[in-house]
Amino acid sequence: MSISVQVQGVEKRYVRRDRETVALAPVDLTISKGDFVAFVGPSGCGKSTLLNMIAGIIEPSAGEILHEGQIVHGVNKRVGYMTQTDSVLPWRTVYENIELPLTFRPFSAAQRRERVEAMMKAVDLSGFADSFPNELSGGMRKRVALAQVLVYEPGTLLMDEPFGALDAQLKLMMQRRLLDIWEETGKTVIFVTHDLSEAVTLAQRVVVFSGRPGQIKAIEQINIPFPRDPFKVRFEPEFQASYERLWSILAPEIAKGEDI
Amino acid sequence: MKTSDDEAAVMSGGRSIALAQFEAAEGRRARWILVLRLLVGISFLAFWEFASGRLIDKLFISSASAVFTRLGKWVMDGTLVNHLSITLYATMWGFLIGSFVGFVLGLLFGRFRALAEVLDPFITALYSIPKIALAPLFIIWFGIGIESKVAVSASIVFFVVFLNTYAGVRDVNPLFINAIRIMGGSQWHVLRQVIMPSATSWVITGLKVSVPYALVGTVIGEFMSSNRGIGFLISQATGLFDTTSVFSGLIVLSIVGAIFNQGLGRLETFFLRWR
Repeated sequence: MSISVQVQGVEKRYVRRDRETVALAPVDLTISKGDFVAFVGPSGCGKSTLLNMIAGIIEPSAGEILHEGQIVHGVNKRVGYMTQTDSVLPWRTVYENIELPLTFRPFSAAQRRERVEAMMKAVDLSGFADSFPNELSGGMRKRVALAQVLVYEPGTLLMDEPFGALDAQLKLMMQRRLLDIWEETGKTVIFVTHDLSEAVTLAQRVVVFSGRPGQIKAIEQINIPFPRDPFKVRFEPEFQASYERLWSILAPEIAKGEDI
Repeated sequence: MKTSDDEAAVMSGGRSIALAQFEAAEGRRARWILVLRLLVGISFLAFWEFASGRLIDKLFISSASAVFTRLGKWVMDGTLVNHLSITLYATMWGFLIGSFVGFVLGLLFGRFRALAEVLDPFITALYSIPKIALAPLFIIWFGIGIESKVAVSASIVFFVVFLNTYAGVRDVNPLFINAIRIMGGSQWHVLRQVIMPSATSWVITGLKVSVPYALVGTVIGEFMSSNRGIGFLISQATGLFDTTSVFSGLIVLSIVGAIFNQGLGRLETFFLRWR
């Protein structure tokens, strides 16, 4: 299996108020193409920092990241990036938002229309083409954001607690949608979350980070077969076992975080 | 897979009784406001007419009837068009030049932090100068023609639009910028698709505030030295103790300002329709 992301000795230090803090101690990590990997850990463990370095938004202080065989330097335009606060532009309609990434690429108007319409259908937003994001519900806005990052077909999706702000039901529905897309397209997904059950529901592998300085504490395989149904998977014995295994690794880290 | 999670809330197109009642109440309220506004206006004019010559000397406040007769005369004999056209022309150019330069520099300052840091004290120093104090200088530089009025007006408008644009650019959510860059957008796309639309509300506020200032700038220029314009008309009348003409000129200015504001309000609703 070929490699999607390779993290080699990557470290991040910040200088803040005349003090150097280590956000991420040197880490190594290899993610294969088509993998679904979750990053979990207490806040301030550097999981988002690593994700943002893969996205090329922040530069590592040391080490390097290879994505699809190329060193990530500057913004990485071969990934799709989705965060908790959505990046849907409020001044563009649903249609215009989904079309936006295509306008940065050499697509004809007809090709753009075809792709956007197909994408809107895929996320059940047909009929809302001319609505502005503020006229939509939170769940619908999330689907616009998802369509926006899928429409230009990046091979890798970087997601930073994308469903964090949604209520429990919507979260499960979005998880199901994401799993469907992942199984259909075989994209590599790196999914940052602090919600352990979300990580176990979605991922094949869960990377557990420990806090201050952030580093990788463990990498656990989740052996629940696909397709998984987010509404039911939690009742499977393997889910319980994985959850407890991960929790026993994570719990001391969270306790440590509370002391600081 | 079909999810119908929350479309229903958005798609509820049916008009309910509660909605109709709400709209009727809003309509009644709007009519009441209009009636009360008219009442305030009429009472003011009536009091003015009554006080004139009875409570206060006519020389100081003229009278409502005299002022409106004078306005009518100005409209008929072409005085209004003659003077107002030149004032509006200078105001328009001052507004256009000042807001264009202010907008461009505001964008540049917002994007290039180093530039902003280097030039910040100079901008603050210039900003602290009362622009009225520049008017005589502009008259020396540009003569007593329309150019000096445009310059005064533009110098006032510039700062308002510049400061607002600058604030607007700095207010842009960095998340949007990162997202657009990752989606494949260039720096130009970021400017065009994120920064400019995001700063729109700030810029429009700046433009709205600066329209009356543009008018003020022009009129100040006309006060100092000119032979045409509403400002000239007012200052000439002041010299002759012709308060009727002074008030007529002031009323013309306030009406023009109100019309401008209305127009910009419409523009604002159009540009910010996504809110």
